[in-house]
Amino acid sequence: MKLLRCPINGLRPLSEFLFGGEVRDMPDTAAITDEAWADYVFNRQGEPGVRKEWWYHTASGTWFIAERDNLKDEFVRTYLHSRDASPTETKAT
Amino acid sequence: MTERLPPQPGEWIDRSRPLEFQFEGHSYSGFAGDSVTSALAANGLRHLGRSFKYHRARGIYSLANHDVNVLVEDDRHTNIRGDVTPLWAGAKLRAVNTFGGLAGDRLKIVDWFSKFLPVGFYYKAFHSPRSLFPFYERRMRNIAGLGAVNANWEREHFPAAYDFCDVLVIGAGSAGLSAAIAAAGLGLKVVVVDEQPRPGGSFNYQWNGDAAAAKLWAVLAATAASLDVRCSTVAAGYYADHWVALVDEERLTKMRARAVVLATGAVEQPAVFGNNDLPGVMLATAAQRLIHQFAVKPFRRGVVLTANDYGYRAALDLQQAGVKVAAVIDLRATTTDGSVAANVKQAGISIHIGHAVTFATPSRGMQGIQSVQVSPLDSHGQPKPSANIDIPCDGLAMSVGFAPADGLFYQAGGRMAWSEDLQQFIPKSAPAGLFAAGRLNGVYGFEQEAADGSRAGLAAAAFLGKSIEQIPADPERPKQSPTHPYPIFPHPKTKCFVDLDEDVHYKDFVNAAQEGFDQVELMKRYSTFGMGTSQGKLANINAIRILAHVKGQTVPQTGVTTARPFYHPVSLGHLAGRGFHPHRRTPIEGQHEALGAVFMYAGDWKRPSYYARPSVSPQEAIAAEVTAVRTAAGMIDVGTLGKLEISGPDAGEFIERIYTGRFAKMKPGTARYGLMCDESGVIIDDGLVARLADDRFYVTTTTSAAGAVYREMQRWAQIWGLQVVLASATGARGGVNVAGPKAREILQGLCDFDLSTAVFPYMAVREGTIAGAPARFLRVGFVGEWGCEIHMQACQAVHVWSSLKMTGQPHGIRPFGVEAQRVLRLEKAHIIVSQDTDGLTNPYEANMAWAVKDDKPFFIGQRSLRIIRPRPLKRILAGFTLPGETPAAKVPKECHLIIENKEIVGRVTSITRSPTLNQVIGLAFVSPDRAQPGTPFQIRLDDGSLVTATIVATPFYDPQGERQEK
Repeated sequence: MKLLRCPINGLRPLSEFLFGGEVRDMPDTAAITDEAWADYVFNRQGEPGVRKEWWYHTASGTWFIAERDNLKDEFVRTYLHSRDASPTETKAT
Repeated sequence: MTERLPPQPGEWIDRSRPLEFQFEGHSYSGFAGDSVTSALAANGLRHLGRSFKYHRARGIYSLANHDVNVLVEDDRHTNIRGDVTPLWAGAKLRAVNTFGGLAGDRLKIVDWFSKFLPVGFYYKAFHSPRSLFPFYERRMRNIAGLGAVNANWEREHFPAAYDFCDVLVIGAGSAGLSAAIAAAGLGLKVVVVDEQPRPGGSFNYQWNGDAAAAKLWAVLAATAASLDVRCSTVAAGYYADHWVALVDEERLTKMRARAVVLATGAVEQPAVFGNNDLPGVMLATAAQRLIHQFAVKPFRRGVVLTANDYGYRAALDLQQAGVKVAAVIDLRATTTDGSVAANVKQAGISIHIGHAVTFATPSRGMQGIQSVQVSPLDSHGQPKPSANIDIPCDGLAMSVGFAPADGLFYQAGGRMAWSEDLQQFIPKSAPAGLFAAGRLNGVYGFEQEAADGSRAGLAAAAFLGKSIEQIPADPERPKQSPTHPYPIFPHPKTKCFVDLDEDVHYKDFVNAAQEGFDQVELMKRYSTFGMGTSQGKLANINAIRILAHVKGQTVPQTGVTTARPFYHPVSLGHLAGRGFHPHRRTPIEGQHEALGAVFMYAGDWKRPSYYARPSVSPQEAIAAEVTAVRTAAGMIDVGTLGKLEISGPDAGEFIERIYTGRFAKMKPGTARYGLMCDESGVIIDDGLVARLADDRFYVTTTTSAAGAVYREMQRWAQIWGLQVVLASATGARGGVNVAGPKAREILQGLCDFDLSTAVFPYMAVREGTIAGAPARFLRVGFVGEWGCEIHMQACQAVHVWSSLKMTGQPHGIRPFGVEAQRVLRLEKAHIIVSQDTDGLTNPYEANMAWAVKDDKPFFIGQRSLRIIRPRPLKRILAGFTLPGETPAAKVPKECHLIIENKEIVGRVTSITRSPTLNQVIGLAFVSPDRAQPGTPFQIRLDDGSLVTATIVATPFYDPQGERQEK
């Protein structure tokens, strides 16, 4: 089982976490076309590379962002949504 | 114990503890420390099992769990692997997969008509006529297979343990122990596991005559005595981030290591020649294990087939054990003039350089061998049959090479590369924190393996941040490989086995390749090599060599099959553990039990389905509960509902964005229905939204969605950056819903405030006390009568419940369960999200356009609903009834389909017989043009017949809502 570093609670086994999907900004609903909105709602980016993902630590109720290399299935780093990634980030594992 | 030797140095048996046991109905004795197989061998038994497909006689082959020739069962357990299962007193064992016993197995004739069972015959034969296939399949499963499962088994419980260490060392041989000592010496927490009952690895059986090895082992053993060494423990699977499943007799241990050293060693490989599977033919290490570990003479007069010095040592071991060694057959054209070979010569054993064994002559009944045929090899390594010699013997020990035990290394994500020099795969790259050492790393020789182990131990320590001055370089790998490149000498008329588990022989590979299954993974599946119990530990490399040979390519070009967990078989009991099934209990559960509640699961919760009454059917009990609510009063435990506190300056804004309705102008002290959609406009939850103050809300969610709704609210709060605080009170608060014409009167006697509609109207919320307990009161109407939900501290729930029950008794109050609640709400046509809606249902389809207020700036799902709304509906939820006296057998069930002109045009989502209306009522998705009241439609039942139902207006009961709002 993989390990994942919650920014609040440290390194924990993956069974304590839930995957929350790709991190995406909701487009401006007033300005967007129907087609572009449907693309936002239904399509996901799956191509290999480092992806920003939502993860939830269930035991403490902490949402955070993990950058994960989905080709190697390796977490690169994790941080809370409220902060942008900065050099002080903890390494994911 | 006719074949038991005098005490051997380092033997594993305890001669002071004899054990009596039975095999195939005969009594034998062994010693504590014997395995089932070694005890049988000590009693002179050679023929110990029947093979999987051809029912051929089989005996000891590896004695190391690398084959499953010796599979036995008793009345309780099946498929006991005799080689590695310790003997126990009173065991009553028999061989698996025999018809009429091991010796006279009637199905041994299968071997004679095996030409009718070609490779892949499962796929070829018995497919026409198709109708007979089940018959053939039954016969086949009877003939081919392993032990029979005792269906009246008694459940055994295996605990699961969690453990942690800095460095996990797998394999307690020369390399493994050296690695452990090196890492432990730097203060790291080290755990060593080994599948054998004692540490030492090949020190236990391959050290003979090597004084330096004996001395090294003494040093390692003494130092390792202070380490955490766990024997009889199999590292069965390797998972992400160094999470290793350790299996011992009692439990599965989930070991989380920070770094791992794999010192799993190498598996000795057999040669392939005619009848190479008969009892008496075995690996040299198996003979050595028998002698040194169990003090058992493997055979009386033996021949050694070798391609390395290990075979010469084995010859000396055998001679020392009193075996007459007739000859050493060396496959190599030239041999090193090593001291071992000289010793063998000196011992008077004849050595045949450049020769091969091509055939073993069976003894009577194919239950052993009486001689081996030896052919000289020409310059191409081909046997010259004209010059055959026959050497009488009852045993053959083979030492023609090794294959690394690399299953875990591959599982961990390591990559191997073929070494032409060594004729084996060696590690090319390993994931961070994983280190291979010893024979797995292509290093042979006790000292060299120890040095490689130390290197790996230091490398693991350095990986974990210990400062190491210098990590030594990899020790040199042997100049001359102990492994022969092609120890395969097919005999034209006899089976030459490659995979003993699955009875796959040389010709099968040639045929499979000719039929086009000439890729290694395809061939594996077609021929089933490597798919047996031991997963090809003795078969894979020879199979790859044969395929490479047939295709005229190299081993690396041919490639390897994928190694998957488990390395050794693991019992289902170990995997199942304790059958742990957590559930949540409301604070009132004890009361429900006392009242005879029959429970059901609602998500993780246990909820009363209904309350059983003596001599009353469940349907009648449910109907009586419904009637009590309609005519007097009922009370239901709603403590399972999600209960969330939402507060902060932006709480109102937050609610507006989450729910589809309008809440901005809501006054404190009131509640509204709240509907929640996802971004695509699909309904995901509903509940009540109560405003306690301008900046404080209290919302309820459905039982099953409570966790998910809270979670998503937390995420949105972060994304939007709103000033809100969310707190889940789901577990902290209990809840009781009291409803019915008498409910207000009952409550008024218990509450400290005026419950009249003028003061406490429909959809009001307030704080107060009930029977002295502080609580929150919500005037709701889910079941369609005057009702009030009371949410109190969990610790007060029993008190409130009991007080209500006592006070309500004279008024006819009755507890009701989830079943009655479903009937009551269906009479009101209130939907249950996820029962009357599915993963695609939007509010318009659910007939709930009234709950969507589009004239606000934003809510989740709004953008999608704006696209959906102008489009024609594909389906709509509508109420229906069946004619008055529809017999119970003709009442459809939920999910039955609506059929029109043989096409599916809809589906029943809820249906029940309403005791109040004395009629079957339901909700169904129908096409919008068929949704007008009075429209008939047909529902197909389980038996295929159709019943006619009619659309009616909803709610079915009290359409004006006078009863709940009055």
